[in-house]
Amino acid sequence: MSRPTPTGDTAHTIPDVRAGAAARVRRRLSRGAASLAALVIAVLWTLPTAGLFVSSFRPAEDIRTTGWWTFFADPKITLDNYRDVLFGSASDGRLASYFVNSIAITLPATIFVLGVAALAAYALAWIDFRGRDWLFLGIFALQIVPLQMSLVPLLRFFSQGVTVAGLQVLPAWELGGAMAFTNVWVAHTIFGLPLGIFLLHNFISQLPKSLFEAARVDGAGHGRIFTRIVLPLIAPALVSLGIFQFLWVWNDLLVALIFTGGDSSTAPLTVRLAELAGTRGEAWHRLTAGAFVSMVIPLLVFFLLQRYFVRGLLAGSVKG
Amino acid sequence: MEFSLLSELPKLVWMLIGIAAFLAVIGLMLVLVDVPRTRRDRWQAFLFLAPALILLVGGLVYPVLRTTWLSFHDRTGTEFIGLANYVWMFQRPEILLVLRNTLLWVLFAPIMATAIGLLYAVLIDRSRFETVAKSLVFMPMAISFVGAGIIWRFVFAYRPADQEQYGLFNQIVVRLGGEPQLWLLDQPVNTFLLIMVLIWVQAGFAMVVMSAAIKAIPAEIVEAARIDGAGPWQLFTRITLPSVWPTLLVVLITITVQTLKVFDIVRTMTAGNYGTSVIANEMYSRAFQQGQVGQGSALAVFLFVLVIPLVIVQIRRSRKTRELL
Repeated sequence: MSRPTPTGDTAHTIPDVRAGAAARVRRRLSRGAASLAALVIAVLWTLPTAGLFVSSFRPAEDIRTTGWWTFFADPKITLDNYRDVLFGSASDGRLASYFVNSIAITLPATIFVLGVAALAAYALAWIDFRGRDWLFLGIFALQIVPLQMSLVPLLRFFSQGVTVAGLQVLPAWELGGAMAFTNVWVAHTIFGLPLGIFLLHNFISQLPKSLFEAARVDGAGHGRIFTRIVLPLIAPALVSLGIFQFLWVWNDLLVALIFTGGDSSTAPLTVRLAELAGTRGEAWHRLTAGAFVSMVIPLLVFFLLQRYFVRGLLAGSVKG
Repeated sequence: MEFSLLSELPKLVWMLIGIAAFLAVIGLMLVLVDVPRTRRDRWQAFLFLAPALILLVGGLVYPVLRTTWLSFHDRTGTEFIGLANYVWMFQRPEILLVLRNTLLWVLFAPIMATAIGLLYAVLIDRSRFETVAKSLVFMPMAISFVGAGIIWRFVFAYRPADQEQYGLFNQIVVRLGGEPQLWLLDQPVNTFLLIMVLIWVQAGFAMVVMSAAIKAIPAEIVEAARIDGAGPWQLFTRITLPSVWPTLLVVLITITVQTLKVFDIVRTMTAGNYGTSVIANEMYSRAFQQGQVGQGSALAVFLFVLVIPLVIVQIRRSRKTRELL
């Protein structure tokens, strides 16, 4: 920043002081208006969530008869809603079981994307082979494919296997019980890959070339370079991408709806909540608590790792 | 039947098996390719890329071709029927309504979300509470659309006029002397209420990205304009807006693409009833609930066609900005 130089005559700065005072008053006024506008937006953006949150701790009878804003005049707190919706009868939701499903879907789907994308991004950035740029461009272009384009054929892969020219190359995946999660893992991994490879490639390709040359001179192959040098260096990028994929998978409804078929033994929280909202649309003591059960993990991830989340967001949208 | 952790155990065990198997395969592969300097980098590259390529070709490239093919066939995918599914799409009034709704979403959601995000970013820039203020508006980004749908359904909840309202919106309406309404059943107002939910979610994204762009404006320029006596409004229109314009477009297009694919909000709030369906929701109900695979595929292809030009513009722009940097 340029500092005003003390030289020159002071004569013409005198009227400036007066004008400056007026400007300062005006600025303070507009600062006030600006703060007010910001406050209005902040309240509008927070109030709906706060209302749901407060309601989830009110007795069912209160939720049914009075608005949540009356809570502050007559606070009655209960954890019954949470107990019922988590561990109660199946028709109440029994969300604890779906919570486990969400975890069992989300963790592998996140780790798979990180692993596969890191390998591919490394090869695309630092291994020389013909057609590399074209391949990268092709993968980049796949980012635009909407999920909807691939749902029907992918579901058919899982249910009927792959047949090439009358020959059964892959059998149908008739996975029952807990093994049925595998379908969802694979589907989510596929849908996360184009963005994942792109983000990690951005990061890996910017590592200094000398690093790789030195390792090569020391006789390290690609496997060792990848695990010893690249992985530790791209840890922040992996965290960013990991948070993204985690939130994406945890919050997803469409993919889960199709690849778990809404089956109670594999469906995640989102599917169950959407169902409850449809069938028990006015059972707000269940829905309010249920919604927060599904939000706890994303909100924790969000508030604890916001820095990485923002960084990933900026890398994905401003640069990309 | 009570909930018991024991019955949940197989799920977690299978999850751990899945992760362990994945890591083992990757680890083994890395050991295999760890050959010191060879001329044959090509097969090493292939091994590194193989998992990604198999998944992408099987899960995206082939399905795109297959879905396009299916869109020219009847409901079972056996008989070629030419453009019949597309003709159906543009002739049936219920599908035309779906297309009109999608248009409304695209017209309003991206612009409003971006405008509010930008406004808020400017307002809180360098204020004392900036971090907290950002978190509040950004928070909906972490919530699922399903969660957001439930939050807003509660806001629009309805009780008959003779009872006390517990939905915030109807309470305000009643306080202002109006009649409580079943807002989500009220066409075409309900579509705009759903759009509002998406704006609520996406404004945080716009705000964070725009805030970063605002902070990247060189302080000298702002300072110089201030010294020249520029007021806040002039500062905004002459300095801030032109500086962040490229980023603004990127944000706008990103949200537009998201808007075109919107599904969860509609599913949770109205399930596409009462004239609120959009393309992605209609595609789901045709292909997966009514078994109309051909019609569903045609809708998916149409969605794809709508997205393509946006992404091409996006890539062009980002390449240009990168050259400038």
